[in-house]
Amino acid sequence: MSMDRDMSQTLLEQVNQALNEGTPLRIQGSNSKAMLGNPVAGEVLDTRNHRGIVSYDPTELVLTARAGTPLREIEAALHEAGQMLPCEPPHLGPEATLGGMVATGLSGPRRPWAGSVRDFVLGTRVITGHGKLLRFGGEVMKNVAGYDVSRLMAGSFGCLGLLTEVSLKVLPRPRLCLSLRLPMGRNEALAELAEWGQQPLPISAACHDGETLYLRLEGGEGSVQSARQRLGGETLDNRFWSDLREQRLAFFTDAAPLWRLSVPTITGELEMPGQQLIDWGGAQRWLKTCAPAQAIRDQVAKVGGHATCYAPGATSSPPLPVALMRYHRALKQQLDPQGVFNPGRLYPDL
Amino acid sequence: MNILYDERVDGALPNVDRAALLQALRDALPDLEILHRDEDLKPYECDGLSAYRTVPLLVVLPERLEQVQTLLKLCHQRGVPVVARGAGTGLSGGALPLAKGILLVMARFNRILEVNPQGRYARVQPGVRNLAISQAVAPHGMYYAPDPSSQIACSIGGNVAENAGGVHCLKYGLTVHNVLKVDILTVEGERLSLGSDALDSPGFDLLALFTGSEGMLGIVTEVTVKLLPKPQVARVILASFDSVEDAGRAVADIIAAGIIPGGLEMMDNLAIRAAEDFIHAGYPVDAAAILLCELDGVEADVHDDCERVAAVLTQAGAREVRLACDEAERVRFWAGRKNAFPAVGRISPDYYCMDGTIPRRELPRVLKGISDLSAEYGLRVANVFHAGDGNMHPLILFDANLPGELERAEAIGGKILELCVKVGGSITGEHGVGREKINQMCAQFNSDEITLFHAVKATFDPQGLLNPGKNIPTLHRCAEFGALHVHQGQLPFPELERF
Repeated sequence: MSMDRDMSQTLLEQVNQALNEGTPLRIQGSNSKAMLGNPVAGEVLDTRNHRGIVSYDPTELVLTARAGTPLREIEAALHEAGQMLPCEPPHLGPEATLGGMVATGLSGPRRPWAGSVRDFVLGTRVITGHGKLLRFGGEVMKNVAGYDVSRLMAGSFGCLGLLTEVSLKVLPRPRLCLSLRLPMGRNEALAELAEWGQQPLPISAACHDGETLYLRLEGGEGSVQSARQRLGGETLDNRFWSDLREQRLAFFTDAAPLWRLSVPTITGELEMPGQQLIDWGGAQRWLKTCAPAQAIRDQVAKVGGHATCYAPGATSSPPLPVALMRYHRALKQQLDPQGVFNPGRLYPDL
Repeated sequence: MNILYDERVDGALPNVDRAALLQALRDALPDLEILHRDEDLKPYECDGLSAYRTVPLLVVLPERLEQVQTLLKLCHQRGVPVVARGAGTGLSGGALPLAKGILLVMARFNRILEVNPQGRYARVQPGVRNLAISQAVAPHGMYYAPDPSSQIACSIGGNVAENAGGVHCLKYGLTVHNVLKVDILTVEGERLSLGSDALDSPGFDLLALFTGSEGMLGIVTEVTVKLLPKPQVARVILASFDSVEDAGRAVADIIAAGIIPGGLEMMDNLAIRAAEDFIHAGYPVDAAAILLCELDGVEADVHDDCERVAAVLTQAGAREVRLACDEAERVRFWAGRKNAFPAVGRISPDYYCMDGTIPRRELPRVLKGISDLSAEYGLRVANVFHAGDGNMHPLILFDANLPGELERAEAIGGKILELCVKVGGSITGEHGVGREKINQMCAQFNSDEITLFHAVKATFDPQGLLNPGKNIPTLHRCAEFGALHVHQGQLPFPELERF
């Protein structure tokens, strides 16, 4: 913990200088998620010197840390106390930071059952486009005072302000975790998942690669064992899920660009050119394809979803309806009137 | 009384010619039901916070989306404030009308549009009652998790506006965690969908921002809620303690044992006695505190967890640990807690329910502080507490017929909330700010934070026509009425003139 440092005043000075000079800032931690969104032309503002766990009391189920804190450091502290980040955030790099986790809002395989990054954000400290270091939310589970600016920050890609500190709700690790592989086709798997989803089964991850359904069961001994007997199949190494989360499975090595399709859970098989991997029990599909971006976006939009390309330098975030885009611009204008925070990262004119 | 809208500190409101507005509404919306006679307006003068009343300018009761859209456009053009109301059960005055504004009642939008058990969602209109959703999906073995105590009457649109909670939040989350999509109309009458049928949507998380925004950013017109499979079993343990400190420690010990109960409630002695007298739940009336711990899920796990929790409670110094032996006893244990408010109502002519949250470790200090305040103000306070998630509901007992008692009750209530903020908590866990806690907002947030909230508001409603005066205080209100305690030698809002 000797590297723990509170550099919030320095960060505040940097932002104020940028505001005075009208210099756009490119906020970055370890750049582990730089492939998402558009490249930003701006002066680099590195958050990694502002690091360290500020407070963590396992019996309160709350952890507060500075934005530049490496995720692995946070996860190690939680692990030691028998707890975890339930949203299972992908690191996508060894030095991934808390700030990057919250700013990108990416969640791992447990997301449909446990919730997303934003679901676990309780409070934030933010340096605003008016050059102030402010606090929203807090370290309590329930807090409805004022607008929920903290959760708004999750997934905003640093376009609305600079996150300096985040308080997260954490949970105990389940007593038992057991993974299964069941050979079956894609349609059958999606049908089974829709059926199981209506029952109180301890499923906490579900993935299908075209031939095999991979399931994770988490809970008490009783529920996990009885589900295991009911579902059958062979046991699987639990590390499968971190390989999926970190995009280390063989599927991800294909040279074609990677797309993430977020679709309604009940969407059936999506016939698209390229290789597909189903995650989130059907609600997230990974696609490796060279098909044109517009064709992919159109097809996914038709089923009520959206598609994001993970290839560096690729087209930006999924388009928004005109009216919604107008409110995005208005919000950006209100919170970052000079446009210093990550201009263009999410959308060219934000 | 500094709670009712005061144009001097809350901002000037446009003067509206009522007769002209009524005529314009009738011309534009001939089939819209409009209440305008005093005797018809009177029933709408307050919501669940009945100590504060204002008769609205007009009440409208639309039944179709197009009517709401036309109404909003018309009000926007004419600069008429609009206060939205669902079932009117809110406890913070979020739907308290304005004498210069229209009250838009959404209660007639009461249809369940779609139940999809395979997709685990239901699409409903905003006036649908919270409990009606769970009842409608019960045949599929599913339910909608957030269960505010008003769930029999409160509407889902109001739940979204307040980010409503309930007794199962620690495990199942608040409204914000259980809603997939909300369709809204902006102040200009423009339709927007926030969230999506998928688990996430591109752009900023406006759904999270909108949830709990108290009708200040738009009008909810449709809600897609998540459904969960009903837990197989639920069992309840009742534990009694000789001190509230021991009970508080026991809660931390349960969490430390890796168990997240479906519900975990605490009551202090005054609340226990009132509830027992009313419901005969079998509570130990001489205990300093009781804990009710509900464990739900798959039978085998619940069985194991019950044993673990019983051991933890005994270890923590519980003098008695009782597992409800059957469903009837489980319901009886809960009945005492769920009727704690009316039970307190029987022992006092009036009571005032507070809603602060604190980090749980601060419980002994806060209870001590409340007890000191109770002595200082000469008013009894019963404590009911969502112990799992740190949400306190102190009930202040008073008699509104005695001169000065309501004012004393408000004053001690305000002090309790400021105490919650001081130990790192919040002035509201689930009831919302509304008008009730508008002054305490100034204790929780500084002027820059409040300014940022106003910037968020200006994004959606630059003229400030939607529910003016709620949720976010003006800086002038903070200067005049805000918690004027001197913090670290500094007056709050030193930059502002006081008048």
